[in-house]
Amino acid sequence: MHFLMGTAVSAVNTATDATNHADTAWLLASSALVLLMTPGLAFFYGGMVRGKNVLGMLAQNYVTMGTVSVLWILGVYSLAFQGSNGLIGNLKNFGLNHIWMEPTGLSLTIPPMVFVAFQLMFAIITPALITGGTADRLKFGSWVAFSSLWLILVYAPVAHWVFSPAGWLAKKGAEDFAGGTVVHANAGAAALAVILVIGKRKGWPKERMRPHNVPYVLLGAGLLWFGWFGFNAGSALSANTLSAYAFVNTNTATGAALLGWIITEKFRDGHSTTLGAASGAVAGLVAITPACGFVSPVGSIVIGLAAGAVCCLATGLKNIFKFDDALDVVGVHLVGGILGALLIGLFGTAMVNGANGVFYKGGWTLMGHQALAVVAVVAYSFVVTYILAFVMEKTVGLRVSEEDEAAGLDLSQHAETAYESATFSDGSRFLSNFTSNN
Amino acid sequence: MKLITAIIKPFKLDDVKNALNAFGITGMTVSEAMGFGRTRGHTEVYRGAEYTIDLIPKIRLEVVVDSADAEKVIDVIVKAASTGAIGDGKVWSVPVDHIVRVRTGERGVDAI
Repeated sequence: MHFLMGTAVSAVNTATDATNHADTAWLLASSALVLLMTPGLAFFYGGMVRGKNVLGMLAQNYVTMGTVSVLWILGVYSLAFQGSNGLIGNLKNFGLNHIWMEPTGLSLTIPPMVFVAFQLMFAIITPALITGGTADRLKFGSWVAFSSLWLILVYAPVAHWVFSPAGWLAKKGAEDFAGGTVVHANAGAAALAVILVIGKRKGWPKERMRPHNVPYVLLGAGLLWFGWFGFNAGSALSANTLSAYAFVNTNTATGAALLGWIITEKFRDGHSTTLGAASGAVAGLVAITPACGFVSPVGSIVIGLAAGAVCCLATGLKNIFKFDDALDVVGVHLVGGILGALLIGLFGTAMVNGANGVFYKGGWTLMGHQALAVVAVVAYSFVVTYILAFVMEKTVGLRVSEEDEAAGLDLSQHAETAYESATFSDGSRFLSNFTSNN
Repeated sequence: MKLITAIIKPFKLDDVKNALNAFGITGMTVSEAMGFGRTRGHTEVYRGAEYTIDLIPKIRLEVVVDSADAEKVIDVIVKAASTGAIGDGKVWSVPVDHIVRVRTGERGVDAI
Protein backbone atom coordinates (compact mmCIF):
# COMPACT_ATOMS: atom_id res chain seq x y z
CA MET A 1 0.00 0.00 0.00
CA HIS A 2 2.75 2.35 0.98
CA PHE A 3 4.60 1.44 -2.19
CA LEU A 4 1.56 2.11 -4.36
CA MET A 5 0.99 5.50 -2.81
CA GLY A 6 4.63 6.29 -3.36
CA THR A 7 4.28 5.50 -7.06
CA ALA A 8 1.29 7.78 -7.40
CA VAL A 9 3.05 10.65 -5.66
CA SER A 10 6.17 10.29 -7.76
CA ALA A 11 4.07 10.30 -10.92
CA VAL A 12 2.47 13.57 -9.87
CA ASN A 13 5.91 14.97 -9.07
CA THR A 14 7.29 13.92 -12.44
CA ALA A 15 4.47 15.78 -14.18
CA THR A 16 5.11 18.84 -12.04
CA ASP A 17 8.84 18.81 -12.79
CA ALA A 18 8.25 18.82 -16.55
CA THR A 19 5.79 21.68 -16.29
CA ASN A 20 6.83 24.93 -17.92
CA HIS A 21 4.95 27.80 -16.34
CA ALA A 22 5.08 30.06 -19.38
CA ASP A 23 3.65 27.30 -21.57
CA THR A 24 0.97 26.61 -18.99
CA ALA A 25 -0.05 30.27 -18.77
CA TRP A 26 -0.22 30.61 -22.55
CA LEU A 27 -2.29 27.44 -22.93
CA LEU A 28 -4.74 28.51 -20.23
CA ALA A 29 -5.11 31.88 -21.97
CA SER A 30 -5.43 30.13 -25.34
CA SER A 31 -8.19 27.91 -23.99
CA ALA A 32 -10.17 30.97 -22.99
CA LEU A 33 -9.54 32.54 -26.41
CA VAL A 34 -10.80 29.44 -28.20
CA LEU A 35 -13.92 29.31 -26.03
CA LEU A 36 -14.73 32.86 -27.16
CA MET A 37 -14.81 31.67 -30.76
CA THR A 38 -18.10 29.87 -30.23
CA PRO A 39 -20.03 33.01 -29.16
CA GLY A 40 -18.21 34.71 -32.05
CA LEU A 41 -19.44 32.02 -34.41
CA ALA A 42 -22.95 32.36 -32.97
CA PHE A 43 -23.03 36.05 -33.89
CA PHE A 44 -21.29 35.46 -37.22
CA TYR A 45 -24.08 33.03 -38.11
CA GLY A 46 -26.82 34.84 -36.15
CA GLY A 47 -26.45 37.99 -38.21
CA MET A 48 -26.80 36.03 -41.45
CA VAL A 49 -30.13 34.38 -40.65
CA ARG A 50 -33.52 36.08 -40.77
CA GLY A 51 -34.56 38.02 -37.65
CA LYS A 52 -37.07 35.35 -36.63
CA ASN A 53 -34.31 32.71 -36.32
CA VAL A 54 -31.49 34.62 -34.63
CA LEU A 55 -32.16 33.33 -31.11
CA GLY A 56 -32.52 29.81 -32.46
CA MET A 57 -29.04 30.13 -33.97
CA LEU A 58 -27.52 31.61 -30.81
CA ALA A 59 -29.19 28.94 -28.68
CA GLN A 60 -27.85 26.05 -30.79
CA ASN A 61 -24.32 27.40 -30.44
CA TYR A 62 -24.48 28.25 -26.75
CA VAL A 63 -26.10 24.93 -25.79
CA THR A 64 -23.17 23.16 -27.45
CA MET A 65 -20.93 24.94 -24.92
CA GLY A 66 -23.06 23.26 -22.26
CA THR A 67 -23.32 19.72 -23.59
CA VAL A 68 -19.75 19.33 -24.83
CA SER A 69 -18.28 20.77 -21.61
CA VAL A 70 -19.98 17.99 -19.66
CA LEU A 71 -19.50 15.11 -22.13
CA TRP A 72 -15.82 15.96 -22.57
CA ILE A 73 -15.13 15.40 -18.88
CA LEU A 74 -17.25 12.26 -18.79
CA GLY A 75 -15.27 10.33 -21.38
CA VAL A 76 -15.05 11.97 -24.77
CA TYR A 77 -11.64 13.49 -23.93
CA SER A 78 -10.43 10.04 -23.00
CA LEU A 79 -11.79 8.51 -26.23
CA ALA A 80 -9.93 11.11 -28.26
CA PHE A 81 -6.57 11.20 -26.48
CA GLN A 82 -5.98 8.18 -24.27
CA GLY A 83 -4.98 4.73 -25.53
CA SER A 84 -2.66 3.33 -28.16
CA ASN A 85 -5.29 1.91 -30.57
CA GLY A 86 -5.02 3.76 -33.89
CA LEU A 87 -8.78 4.08 -34.47
CA ILE A 88 -10.27 5.13 -31.13
CA GLY A 89 -9.07 5.82 -27.60
CA ASN A 90 -10.18 4.20 -24.37
CA LEU A 91 -12.02 5.34 -21.24
CA LYS A 92 -9.08 5.38 -18.80
CA ASN A 93 -9.62 9.09 -18.16
CA PHE A 94 -13.39 8.72 -17.71
CA GLY A 95 -14.47 11.48 -15.34
CA LEU A 96 -10.88 12.74 -15.63
CA ASN A 97 -9.72 9.94 -13.35
CA HIS A 98 -5.94 9.35 -13.50
CA ILE A 99 -5.62 12.75 -15.19
CA TRP A 100 -1.97 12.91 -14.12
CA MET A 101 -1.43 10.46 -17.02
CA GLU A 102 -0.22 12.29 -20.11
CA PRO A 103 -2.31 11.87 -23.27
CA THR A 104 -0.92 8.85 -25.13
CA GLY A 105 2.22 9.60 -27.11
CA LEU A 106 2.58 13.23 -26.03
CA SER A 107 5.21 14.50 -23.62
CA LEU A 108 3.73 17.78 -22.51
CA THR A 109 5.30 20.74 -20.74
CA ILE A 110 1.83 21.64 -19.44
CA PRO A 111 -0.27 19.72 -16.91
CA PRO A 112 -2.56 17.23 -18.72
CA MET A 113 -5.51 19.06 -17.13
CA VAL A 114 -4.62 22.16 -19.20
CA PHE A 115 -4.52 20.00 -22.32
CA VAL A 116 -8.02 18.75 -21.40
CA ALA A 117 -9.30 22.34 -21.19
CA PHE A 118 -7.61 23.45 -24.42
CA GLN A 119 -8.87 20.50 -26.48
CA LEU A 120 -12.36 20.87 -24.98
CA MET A 121 -12.74 24.24 -26.68
CA PHE A 122 -12.02 22.65 -30.08
CA ALA A 123 -14.60 19.97 -29.36
CA ILE A 124 -17.18 22.68 -28.61
CA ILE A 125 -16.77 24.71 -31.78
CA THR A 126 -16.59 21.79 -34.20
CA PRO A 127 -20.22 20.61 -33.87
CA ALA A 128 -21.27 24.27 -33.53
CA LEU A 129 -19.90 24.92 -37.03
CA ILE A 130 -22.54 22.56 -38.46
CA THR A 131 -25.39 24.88 -37.39
CA GLY A 132 -24.55 27.30 -40.20
CA GLY A 133 -25.47 24.74 -42.85
CA THR A 134 -28.64 23.56 -41.15
CA ALA A 135 -29.80 27.05 -40.12
CA ASP A 136 -33.48 27.90 -39.58
CA ARG A 137 -34.87 24.36 -39.59
CA LEU A 138 -33.56 22.16 -36.74
CA LYS A 139 -35.57 21.29 -33.64
CA PHE A 140 -33.70 22.51 -30.59
CA GLY A 141 -33.96 19.27 -28.60
CA SER A 142 -32.97 17.21 -31.62
CA TRP A 143 -29.91 19.40 -32.13
CA VAL A 144 -28.85 18.79 -28.52
CA ALA A 145 -29.16 15.02 -29.00
CA PHE A 146 -27.63 15.03 -32.48
CA SER A 147 -24.61 17.16 -31.55
CA SER A 148 -23.93 15.01 -28.46
CA LEU A 149 -24.01 11.76 -30.43
CA TRP A 150 -21.98 13.34 -33.21
CA LEU A 151 -19.31 14.36 -30.72
CA ILE A 152 -18.92 10.75 -29.61
CA LEU A 153 -19.35 8.99 -32.97
CA VAL A 154 -17.52 11.39 -35.27
CA TYR A 155 -15.46 14.00 -33.45
CA ALA A 156 -13.78 11.72 -30.90
CA PRO A 157 -12.50 9.16 -33.43
CA VAL A 158 -11.39 11.76 -35.99
CA ALA A 159 -9.57 13.81 -33.34
CA HIS A 160 -7.91 10.58 -32.22
CA TRP A 161 -6.79 9.68 -35.75
CA VAL A 162 -5.15 13.05 -36.39
CA PHE A 163 -4.43 14.87 -33.11
CA SER A 164 -3.32 11.89 -31.00
CA PRO A 165 0.17 10.60 -31.87
CA ALA A 166 -1.37 7.13 -31.52
CA GLY A 167 -3.89 7.83 -34.29
CA TRP A 168 -3.45 6.04 -37.61
CA LEU A 169 -3.38 9.22 -39.74
CA ALA A 170 -0.87 10.91 -37.43
CA LYS A 171 1.31 7.77 -37.68
CA LYS A 172 1.13 7.90 -41.48
CA GLY A 173 2.67 11.39 -41.36
CA ALA A 174 -0.38 13.54 -42.10
CA GLU A 175 0.09 17.09 -40.79
CA ASP A 176 -2.71 19.11 -39.24
CA PHE A 177 -1.44 21.79 -36.90
CA ALA A 178 -4.71 23.01 -35.41
CA GLY A 179 -7.58 21.17 -37.07
CA GLY A 180 -8.07 21.83 -40.79
CA THR A 181 -9.24 18.25 -41.21
CA VAL A 182 -10.38 17.43 -37.65
CA VAL A 183 -12.39 20.62 -37.18
CA HIS A 184 -13.19 22.27 -40.51
CA ALA A 185 -13.32 19.59 -43.20
CA ASN A 186 -14.96 17.34 -40.61
CA ALA A 187 -17.70 19.85 -39.71
CA GLY A 188 -18.16 20.84 -43.36
CA ALA A 189 -18.67 17.25 -44.51
CA ALA A 190 -21.05 16.66 -41.60
CA ALA A 191 -23.06 19.79 -42.43
CA LEU A 192 -23.43 18.60 -46.02
CA ALA A 193 -24.68 15.20 -44.83
CA VAL A 194 -27.31 16.69 -42.50
CA ILE A 195 -28.43 19.17 -45.17
CA LEU A 196 -29.00 16.32 -47.61
CA VAL A 197 -31.09 14.46 -45.00
CA ILE A 198 -33.28 17.34 -43.82
CA GLY A 199 -33.66 19.20 -47.12
CA LYS A 200 -33.97 22.85 -48.05
CA ARG A 201 -35.45 25.69 -46.07
CA LYS A 202 -39.01 26.33 -47.20
CA GLY A 203 -38.89 28.82 -50.04
CA TRP A 204 -35.21 28.33 -50.93
CA PRO A 205 -33.83 29.17 -53.45
CA LYS A 206 -36.74 31.08 -55.00
CA GLU A 207 -37.32 33.22 -51.95
CA ARG A 208 -33.96 34.73 -51.05
CA MET A 209 -33.22 35.03 -47.37
CA ARG A 210 -31.34 38.21 -46.74
CA PRO A 211 -28.99 38.47 -43.69
CA HIS A 212 -30.92 40.40 -41.04
CA ASN A 213 -27.94 42.03 -39.31
CA VAL A 214 -24.66 42.33 -41.20
CA PRO A 215 -23.01 44.29 -38.33
CA TYR A 216 -23.50 41.17 -36.11
CA VAL A 217 -21.69 39.14 -38.78
CA LEU A 218 -18.74 41.53 -38.69
CA LEU A 219 -18.70 41.53 -34.89
CA GLY A 220 -18.72 37.73 -34.87
CA ALA A 221 -15.93 37.57 -37.46
CA GLY A 222 -13.83 39.91 -35.31
CA LEU A 223 -14.30 37.69 -32.26
CA LEU A 224 -13.41 34.63 -34.34
CA TRP A 225 -10.24 36.26 -35.65
CA PHE A 226 -9.22 37.22 -32.09
CA GLY A 227 -10.02 33.83 -30.60
CA TRP A 228 -8.30 32.02 -33.44
CA PHE A 229 -4.89 33.15 -32.14
CA GLY A 230 -5.52 30.78 -29.24
CA PHE A 231 -6.74 28.07 -31.60
CA ASN A 232 -3.67 28.18 -33.86
CA ALA A 233 -0.81 29.63 -31.80
CA GLY A 234 -2.01 27.64 -28.78
CA SER A 235 -1.74 24.45 -30.83
CA ALA A 236 2.04 24.68 -30.51
CA LEU A 237 1.24 23.55 -26.94
CA SER A 238 4.06 25.84 -25.92
CA ALA A 239 5.00 29.53 -25.79
CA ASN A 240 7.93 29.52 -28.18
CA THR A 241 9.08 30.35 -31.71
CA LEU A 242 6.71 27.82 -33.24
CA SER A 243 3.71 29.42 -31.54
CA ALA A 244 4.92 32.82 -32.80
CA TYR A 245 5.10 31.43 -36.36
CA ALA A 246 1.58 30.07 -36.00
CA PHE A 247 0.40 33.46 -34.70
CA VAL A 248 1.97 35.50 -37.53
CA ASN A 249 0.94 33.00 -40.21
CA THR A 250 -2.63 33.03 -38.94
CA ASN A 251 -2.88 36.79 -39.07
CA THR A 252 -1.14 37.04 -42.45
CA ALA A 253 -3.31 34.45 -44.18
CA THR A 254 -6.47 35.96 -42.71
CA GLY A 255 -5.61 39.41 -44.00
CA ALA A 256 -4.73 38.02 -47.42
CA ALA A 257 -7.95 35.99 -47.57
CA LEU A 258 -10.05 39.03 -46.70
CA LEU A 259 -8.45 40.78 -49.68
CA GLY A 260 -8.78 37.70 -51.89
CA TRP A 261 -12.52 37.47 -51.24
CA ILE A 262 -13.39 41.15 -51.76
CA ILE A 263 -11.23 41.39 -54.91
CA THR A 264 -13.02 38.33 -56.34
CA GLU A 265 -16.36 39.93 -55.48
CA LYS A 266 -15.38 43.22 -57.04
CA PHE A 267 -14.66 41.51 -60.34
CA ARG A 268 -17.66 39.17 -60.21
CA ASP A 269 -20.42 41.32 -58.69
CA GLY A 270 -19.17 44.87 -59.09
CA HIS A 271 -18.86 45.64 -55.36
CA SER A 272 -16.66 44.65 -52.44
CA THR A 273 -19.04 43.94 -49.56
CA THR A 274 -18.68 44.01 -45.78
CA LEU A 275 -20.18 40.52 -45.62
CA GLY A 276 -17.51 39.46 -48.11
CA ALA A 277 -14.74 40.95 -45.95
CA ALA A 278 -15.99 39.01 -42.92
CA SER A 279 -16.43 35.82 -44.95
CA GLY A 280 -12.97 36.15 -46.49
CA ALA A 281 -11.36 36.57 -43.08
CA VAL A 282 -13.06 33.40 -41.81
CA ALA A 283 -12.09 31.49 -44.97
CA GLY A 284 -8.46 32.52 -44.37
CA LEU A 285 -8.61 31.45 -40.74
CA VAL A 286 -9.98 28.08 -41.80
CA ALA A 287 -7.38 27.46 -44.50
CA ILE A 288 -4.38 28.48 -42.39
CA THR A 289 -5.55 26.37 -39.42
CA PRO A 290 -3.89 23.12 -40.53
CA ALA A 291 -0.91 24.91 -42.08
CA CYS A 292 0.00 27.65 -39.59
CA GLY A 293 2.76 25.66 -37.87
CA PHE A 294 4.28 24.21 -41.03
CA VAL A 295 4.58 27.07 -43.56
CA SER A 296 6.42 30.38 -43.90
CA PRO A 297 4.68 33.78 -43.61
CA VAL A 298 5.08 34.28 -47.37
CA GLY A 299 3.49 30.87 -47.92
CA SER A 300 0.66 32.13 -45.69
CA ILE A 301 0.00 35.04 -48.03
CA VAL A 302 -0.48 32.65 -50.95
CA ILE A 303 -2.64 30.27 -48.89
CA GLY A 304 -4.75 33.22 -47.69
CA LEU A 305 -5.27 34.75 -51.14
CA ALA A 306 -6.17 31.31 -52.54
CA ALA A 307 -8.61 30.65 -49.69
CA GLY A 308 -10.35 34.01 -50.14
CA ALA A 309 -10.80 33.59 -53.87
CA VAL A 310 -11.61 29.86 -53.90
CA CYS A 311 -14.10 29.99 -50.98
CA CYS A 312 -15.81 33.05 -52.49
CA LEU A 313 -16.39 31.08 -55.69
CA ALA A 314 -17.23 27.88 -53.75
CA THR A 315 -20.22 29.54 -52.08
CA GLY A 316 -21.83 29.35 -55.52
CA LEU A 317 -21.72 25.53 -55.52
CA LYS A 318 -24.99 25.29 -53.57
CA ASN A 319 -26.81 27.23 -56.28
CA ILE A 320 -25.48 24.90 -58.97
CA PHE A 321 -26.09 21.63 -57.12
CA LYS A 322 -29.22 22.86 -55.27
CA PHE A 323 -28.32 21.96 -51.68
CA ASP A 324 -29.39 24.53 -49.12
CA ASP A 325 -26.15 25.12 -47.24
CA ALA A 326 -27.73 28.17 -45.63
CA LEU A 327 -24.63 29.99 -44.38
CA ASP A 328 -21.99 28.31 -46.56
CA VAL A 329 -20.39 25.82 -44.17
CA VAL A 330 -19.49 23.68 -47.19
CA GLY A 331 -18.18 26.61 -49.23
CA VAL A 332 -16.07 28.02 -46.39
CA HIS A 333 -15.23 25.23 -43.92
CA LEU A 334 -15.21 22.08 -46.06
CA VAL A 335 -13.55 23.71 -49.05
CA GLY A 336 -11.29 25.96 -46.93
CA GLY A 337 -10.26 23.10 -44.62
CA ILE A 338 -9.42 20.80 -47.54
CA LEU A 339 -7.57 23.59 -49.36
CA GLY A 340 -5.44 24.40 -46.31
CA ALA A 341 -4.66 20.73 -45.62
CA LEU A 342 -3.59 20.12 -49.22
CA LEU A 343 -1.57 23.34 -49.55
CA ILE A 344 0.67 22.07 -46.72
CA GLY A 345 1.74 19.49 -49.31
CA LEU A 346 3.04 22.36 -51.45
CA PHE A 347 4.17 24.96 -48.89
CA GLY A 348 5.26 22.83 -45.93
CA THR A 349 8.84 23.63 -44.94
CA ALA A 350 11.14 21.99 -42.40
CA MET A 351 12.67 25.40 -41.76
CA VAL A 352 9.53 26.17 -39.76
CA ASN A 353 8.44 22.73 -38.60
CA GLY A 354 7.47 19.31 -39.98
CA ALA A 355 8.22 17.89 -43.42
CA ASN A 356 9.11 19.64 -46.70
CA GLY A 357 6.43 19.99 -49.36
CA VAL A 358 6.69 20.10 -53.13
CA PHE A 359 8.01 23.69 -53.25
CA TYR A 360 10.77 22.88 -50.75
CA LYS A 361 12.20 19.86 -52.59
CA GLY A 362 10.25 17.43 -50.44
CA GLY A 363 8.55 15.75 -53.39
CA TRP A 364 4.96 14.56 -53.33
CA THR A 365 5.18 12.33 -50.23
CA LEU A 366 3.71 14.90 -47.86
CA MET A 367 0.96 15.76 -50.36
CA GLY A 368 0.06 12.07 -50.45
CA HIS A 369 -0.31 11.99 -46.66
CA GLN A 370 -2.41 15.15 -46.71
CA ALA A 371 -4.70 13.80 -49.43
CA LEU A 372 -5.15 10.57 -47.50
CA ALA A 373 -6.10 12.48 -44.35
CA VAL A 374 -8.58 14.64 -46.24
CA VAL A 375 -10.25 11.69 -47.97
CA ALA A 376 -10.39 9.58 -44.79
CA VAL A 377 -11.80 12.34 -42.59
CA VAL A 378 -14.31 13.66 -45.13
CA ALA A 379 -15.54 10.19 -46.08
CA TYR A 380 -15.88 8.97 -42.49
CA SER A 381 -17.55 12.16 -41.31
CA PHE A 382 -19.98 12.28 -44.23
CA VAL A 383 -21.03 8.62 -44.04
CA VAL A 384 -21.42 8.35 -40.25
CA THR A 385 -23.14 11.74 -40.00
CA TYR A 386 -25.51 10.85 -42.82
CA ILE A 387 -26.53 7.61 -41.08
CA LEU A 388 -26.92 9.36 -37.71
CA ALA A 389 -28.98 12.19 -39.20
CA PHE A 390 -31.10 9.80 -41.27
CA VAL A 391 -31.93 7.60 -38.27
CA MET A 392 -32.74 10.62 -36.10
CA GLU A 393 -34.89 12.26 -38.79
CA LYS A 394 -36.91 9.04 -39.20
CA THR A 395 -37.33 8.49 -35.45
CA VAL A 396 -37.38 11.63 -33.27
CA GLY A 397 -37.27 14.05 -36.21
CA LEU A 398 -34.51 16.59 -36.75
CA ARG A 399 -36.53 19.12 -38.71
CA VAL A 400 -39.17 21.44 -37.34
CA SER A 401 -42.76 21.37 -38.65
CA GLU A 402 -43.68 23.60 -41.56
CA GLU A 403 -45.70 25.80 -39.22
CA ASP A 404 -42.82 26.18 -36.75
CA GLU A 405 -40.41 26.96 -39.56
CA ALA A 406 -42.69 29.71 -40.85
CA ALA A 407 -43.09 31.18 -37.37
CA GLY A 408 -39.31 31.09 -36.88
CA LEU A 409 -37.15 29.15 -34.44
CA ASP A 410 -37.13 31.98 -31.88
CA LEU A 411 -40.84 31.78 -31.27
CA SER A 412 -41.49 28.09 -32.04
CA GLN A 413 -38.50 26.57 -30.21
CA HIS A 414 -37.86 29.06 -27.41
CA ALA A 415 -41.06 31.15 -26.96
CA GLU A 416 -38.98 34.31 -27.36
CA THR A 417 -38.41 37.00 -29.96
CA ALA A 418 -35.15 38.87 -30.45
CA TYR A 419 -36.59 42.24 -31.36
CA GLU A 420 -39.41 44.42 -30.09
CA SER A 421 -41.32 44.64 -33.37
CA ALA A 422 -40.72 41.08 -34.41
CA THR A 423 -43.11 40.99 -37.34
CA PHE A 424 -41.31 43.93 -38.87
CA SER A 425 -37.69 43.05 -38.25
CA ASP A 426 -37.92 39.37 -39.10
CA GLY A 427 -38.39 40.36 -42.72
CA SER A 428 -41.54 38.32 -43.17
CA ARG A 429 -43.69 41.39 -43.67
CA PHE A 430 -41.79 42.17 -46.83
CA LEU A 431 -41.06 38.65 -47.98
CA SER A 432 -42.72 39.16 -51.37
CA ASN A 433 -40.17 41.89 -51.70
CA PHE A 434 -37.24 39.56 -52.20
CA THR A 435 -37.09 37.80 -55.50
CA SER A 436 -34.18 35.92 -56.91
CA ASN A 437 -32.26 36.95 -59.97
CA ASN A 438 -30.33 33.67 -60.03
CA MET B 1 -62.77 70.35 -51.37
CA LYS B 2 -59.91 68.16 -52.53
CA LEU B 3 -57.71 65.59 -50.83
CA ILE B 4 -54.19 65.96 -52.18
CA THR B 5 -51.89 62.98 -51.71
CA ALA B 6 -48.19 63.22 -52.41
CA ILE B 7 -45.67 60.35 -52.47
CA ILE B 8 -42.24 61.90 -52.12
CA LYS B 9 -38.64 61.07 -51.31
CA PRO B 10 -38.15 60.98 -47.53
CA PHE B 11 -35.37 63.55 -47.51
CA LYS B 12 -37.65 66.06 -49.31
CA LEU B 13 -40.24 66.10 -46.50
CA ASP B 14 -38.86 69.19 -44.77
CA ASP B 15 -38.72 71.19 -48.02
CA VAL B 16 -42.31 70.27 -48.89
CA LYS B 17 -43.56 70.98 -45.38
CA ASN B 18 -41.88 74.40 -45.30
CA ALA B 19 -43.20 75.31 -48.75
CA LEU B 20 -46.75 74.34 -47.74
CA ASN B 21 -46.46 76.33 -44.51
CA ALA B 22 -45.24 79.34 -46.50
CA PHE B 23 -48.24 78.95 -48.82
CA GLY B 24 -50.57 79.03 -45.81
CA ILE B 25 -51.45 75.37 -45.36
CA THR B 26 -51.96 74.81 -41.63
CA GLY B 27 -52.20 71.05 -41.31
CA MET B 28 -51.19 67.82 -42.96
CA THR B 29 -50.85 64.09 -42.30
CA VAL B 30 -47.52 62.34 -42.95
CA SER B 31 -46.84 58.61 -42.95
CA GLU B 32 -43.98 56.31 -43.87
CA ALA B 33 -44.75 54.20 -46.90
CA MET B 34 -43.08 51.51 -49.02
CA GLY B 35 -43.58 51.30 -52.74
CA PHE B 36 -42.19 51.37 -56.24
CA GLY B 37 -42.88 53.04 -59.54
CA ARG B 38 -40.85 53.00 -62.72
CA THR B 39 -37.62 53.01 -60.66
CA ARG B 40 -38.23 49.41 -59.58
CA GLY B 41 -36.20 49.46 -56.36
CA HIS B 42 -32.56 48.41 -56.21
CA THR B 43 -30.32 45.35 -56.10
CA GLU B 44 -28.31 44.02 -53.13
CA VAL B 45 -25.71 41.24 -53.31
CA TYR B 46 -24.91 38.88 -50.41
CA ARG B 47 -22.12 36.34 -51.03
CA GLY B 48 -22.86 36.57 -54.73
CA ALA B 49 -26.64 36.03 -54.38
CA GLU B 50 -28.57 38.97 -55.83
CA TYR B 51 -31.68 40.31 -54.11
CA THR B 52 -33.99 42.72 -55.92
CA ILE B 53 -35.54 45.03 -53.36
CA ASP B 54 -38.74 46.21 -55.11
CA LEU B 55 -40.25 48.23 -52.31
CA ILE B 56 -38.30 51.30 -51.31
CA PRO B 57 -39.13 53.75 -48.50
CA LYS B 58 -41.22 56.83 -49.37
CA ILE B 59 -43.17 59.48 -47.49
CA ARG B 60 -46.90 59.75 -48.02
CA LEU B 61 -48.17 63.27 -47.33
CA GLU B 62 -51.91 64.11 -47.28
CA VAL B 63 -53.60 67.47 -47.09
CA VAL B 64 -57.23 68.58 -47.62
CA VAL B 65 -57.72 71.98 -49.31
CA ASP B 66 -60.44 74.21 -50.78
CA SER B 67 -61.03 73.17 -54.42
CA ALA B 68 -59.99 76.65 -55.58
CA ASP B 69 -56.50 76.20 -54.06
CA ALA B 70 -55.92 72.63 -55.20
CA GLU B 71 -53.97 73.34 -58.42
CA LYS B 72 -51.71 75.85 -56.65
CA VAL B 73 -51.02 73.52 -53.72
CA ILE B 74 -50.14 70.72 -56.10
CA ASP B 75 -47.71 73.05 -57.87
CA VAL B 76 -46.12 74.01 -54.53
CA ILE B 77 -45.59 70.36 -53.60
CA VAL B 78 -44.22 69.37 -57.00
CA LYS B 79 -41.80 72.30 -57.01
CA ALA B 80 -40.53 71.56 -53.48
CA ALA B 81 -40.28 67.78 -53.93
CA SER B 82 -38.50 67.78 -57.26
CA THR B 83 -34.85 66.75 -57.64
CA GLY B 84 -35.10 65.98 -61.36
CA ALA B 85 -33.95 62.39 -60.77
CA ILE B 86 -36.05 59.24 -61.13
CA GLY B 87 -38.03 58.25 -58.04
CA ASP B 88 -39.19 61.78 -57.14
CA GLY B 89 -42.73 60.46 -56.61
CA LYS B 90 -46.31 61.38 -57.55
CA VAL B 91 -48.97 63.89 -56.49
CA TRP B 92 -52.71 63.46 -57.08
CA SER B 93 -55.99 64.85 -55.84
CA VAL B 94 -59.47 63.43 -55.35
CA PRO B 95 -62.77 65.15 -54.47
CA VAL B 96 -63.82 65.15 -50.82
CA ASP B 97 -67.58 65.00 -49.99
CA HIS B 98 -67.57 65.73 -46.27
CA ILE B 99 -65.19 67.00 -43.67
CA VAL B 100 -65.94 67.56 -39.98
CA ARG B 101 -63.73 69.03 -37.26
CA VAL B 102 -64.26 66.60 -34.40
CA ARG B 103 -63.85 69.11 -31.54
CA THR B 104 -66.34 71.75 -32.76
CA GLY B 105 -68.54 69.91 -35.21
CA GLU B 106 -67.76 72.51 -37.94
CA ARG B 107 -68.35 71.18 -41.44
CA GLY B 108 -67.07 71.87 -44.95
CA VAL B 109 -64.36 74.43 -45.76
CA ASP B 110 -64.52 75.82 -42.20
CA ALA B 111 -63.31 72.49 -40.90
CA ILE B 112 -60.14 72.44 -43.01
